Amino acid sequence: MSEELEKLRKAMLASDAVPDPAARAHALAAAMEGFDRNQERAAAARPIPDRPQGAGVAIGLRAMLNRLSSHAALAAGASAITLGLAFVLVGPGLNAPDLRRAPQPAPQVPVVDPAEAEKADPAEADDAQAPTSRPMMEPQSILPQALQDYSDPAMSRAPFPPGQAVMESSRMIAPAGDGTAPGFLPAPEQAETETYASADANPVKSVAEHPVSTFSIDVDTASYAIVRRFLAMGQLPPAQAVRIEEMVNYFPYDHAPPAPGGAPFRPTVTVTGTPWNPDTTLVHVAIQGRMPALEDRPPLNLVFLIDTSGSMQDADKLPLLKQSFRLLLNRLRPEDRVAIVTYAGSAGQVLQPTAADDRDTILAALDRLEAGGSTAGEAGLQQAYSVAEDMTEDGDVTRVILATDGDFNVGLSDPEALKDYIAGKRAGGTYLSVLGFGRGNLDDATMQALAQNGNGTAAYIDTATEARKVLSDQVAGALFPIADDVKVQVEFNPATVAEYRLIGYETRTLNREDFNDDRVDAGEIGAGHSVTALYEVTPVGSPARLIDPLRYEAPAPAAGAADEFGWLKLRYKDPGASASRLIELPIPSETSAAGPEVNFAIAIAGFGQLLTGARHLGDWGWDEAIALAQGARGDDPFNYRGEAVQLMRTARDLSR
Amino acid sequence: MAANTGGKADEDLARSAAAGDRAAFAVLVERHYDRVFRIAWRMTGNRAEAEDLAQDICTALPAKLAAWRAEARFTTWLYRVTVNAALDRHRRDAALARAAEGWGEAERARHAAMTEARAARDWLTQAMHALGPDLRATVALILGEGLSQAEAAKALGLSEGTVAWRMSEVKKRLREIAAEEDLA
Repeated sequence: MSEELEKLRKAMLASDAVPDPAARAHALAAAMEGFDRNQERAAAARPIPDRPQGAGVAIGLRAMLNRLSSHAALAAGASAITLGLAFVLVGPGLNAPDLRRAPQPAPQVPVVDPAEAEKADPAEADDAQAPTSRPMMEPQSILPQALQDYSDPAMSRAPFPPGQAVMESSRMIAPAGDGTAPGFLPAPEQAETETYASADANPVKSVAEHPVSTFSIDVDTASYAIVRRFLAMGQLPPAQAVRIEEMVNYFPYDHAPPAPGGAPFRPTVTVTGTPWNPDTTLVHVAIQGRMPALEDRPPLNLVFLIDTSGSMQDADKLPLLKQSFRLLLNRLRPEDRVAIVTYAGSAGQVLQPTAADDRDTILAALDRLEAGGSTAGEAGLQQAYSVAEDMTEDGDVTRVILATDGDFNVGLSDPEALKDYIAGKRAGGTYLSVLGFGRGNLDDATMQALAQNGNGTAAYIDTATEARKVLSDQVAGALFPIADDVKVQVEFNPATVAEYRLIGYETRTLNREDFNDDRVDAGEIGAGHSVTALYEVTPVGSPARLIDPLRYEAPAPAAGAADEFGWLKLRYKDPGASASRLIELPIPSETSAAGPEVNFAIAIAGFGQLLTGARHLGDWGWDEAIALAQGARGDDPFNYRGEAVQLMRTARDLSR
Repeated sequence: MAANTGGKADEDLARSAAAGDRAAFAVLVERHYDRVFRIAWRMTGNRAEAEDLAQDICTALPAKLAAWRAEARFTTWLYRVTVNAALDRHRRDAALARAAEGWGEAERARHAAMTEARAARDWLTQAMHALGPDLRATVALILGEGLSQAEAAKALGLSEGTVAWRMSEVKKRLREIAAEEDLA
């Protein structure tokens, strides 16, 4: 596909809107109304002599009964009526902000182009007869019977083209435990407007055609927390919200640390059997960052840019943020300095740069924060960066920490423009991390774009426990970069590998030539971070091969060493350096048994794939994934892995 | 977990629905609403418009099902219904705007809209606007839904040659935008 078309395709998929559940319920109810009207008409028009006596009446009666029963269902409980009214009243209010926030591929002003109107192709006009106005109707549940008959998730799952980033219709069905819950009548507050950064799942690639795979590392963890939030609400997350590498990298792993004095991180390659396919092999690449002695660390300058817009007043937003902040303060040292900038209506600096041991001043400023007004993200960001630049002295580490519910709808609301701005600041030495709070209008796509271009991490904080994990346990890693622009390139050996598939990292792929181009930005590794990447490879001669070999393909070169699956190369820059360094090592073709660290990563990769369609997993399902994770819990002092197992159980039950 | 295993095929459901099976219709429309909305969204770029359009299509679907012939794949047919409804609405809105404002006003409004789109930083907005409704429908199916040119041709009721021409036209216009950006 040409470059232009590929760009358009990516932009289009990235801006895809998630259907609003309330609008969806409306439309489905309207469809059933239409169906019933149509049946009545059909019954009335059907000549009796053509059919056995009474059949037409029976059909008409059935249609009538259907209507009656659905009306009766609506009237049965006062709560149902309230719900219906709530839709009518809440709908427009919810839609209004959407219009500002949603990406808009076309202007709202109708384009009047006489040429277009005259070009009306008669072939295209023949069945274009949708009614003009929204018919009057009450939102109502569609026959519970229909759900009982067809609510098997496998049955109601739409056959979308493979590999598409799609919303699967069955995901919107609430868990109908007692079999009577009207499946698509969600509570009004679930009418969410979140946007997610997503891309098609990486396809299986033939080594003969694409011997080289290149990507940037990703240490974000936001996707896991978003998945957890959906599951906690009793819903399967939409496929676009699932980024497998972020789920895998959410967990701390105990991989071998780098030798002192050498590179800042150490790659470890494990080759092991694929649990879901006996005929393929998994290549597990773990990168473990060095944990520098904390007492040696340089002074930190932190500028908190805190969103205090009206939407932040919920208990799981600003109050949780304040709580998180106090936890972080405990980890700072006297020579570190903190400043706070807020944005809401107009941006303002509410705390001058203050030494971290002046806790009273800092906490008092924090307590004065109140939510109110709309979001002026751009002005806030600019002010935060200017404060940060004033604070920076030689040898300091300076970082802006943006805490928001993602409602960047004023000013630089376009992710592309924001990216450029932040990338420019990154070049100036100030990094950016993003903490997402709350649910409802979290703009995951913007958050990810911001952090990715600010050499920072995006994390999503939904509970106090999560705040502790992000800000306290891992504070050192998140705040001290030890390697910048870390890129991974794997060259597969056509003598041993027929096909491969990179699991996850869809939004992080790089072009082959970008690997050696030091101008191309990539992810950063913080102190103590570990990053995992998984490839599923199909060895030459395996029956699992999906792509037929080419008839005229050149024979595999004999030079390829038979004991190597490929060659792994890592590039990174020391923080602040402009030239990159290279680490290389072979990927052996001999498999070995995987330990709990590797097995747990594989189980989570399976979890992510089960949430996104699982087209490569065969019969391997939830029970197998849960068993694998359960057997690989290891030490797990903070119960992160135990929680994951619980989530997998919830997801399994919701998928049934 | 594989998509569609064990489920009734769309075509079977559509046949049952056309014959009066209410439950089959409920499953069918439940299954495909997101697809319809997605196309409507890509065609209009406006959430409220896309929601209205998707709802109209859902409402009209039972009557239209009678015209569905089992030789076409249901999804292909549904794409066609959706795209046609979107194009139809676009034409009707354009006609309304003309009637309301007269030619001069409409022309000015068109230029204003184009200036606005140019000013928009959003590359996608600008690109989709520059394509116009017909090309927009084509890219919504081919790039957005991953249809082949042959499948898209079927869904749009056009020849494959026309679809190929449209895609080359899309490339041309995207290059024009890129050239304009370079000048700016």
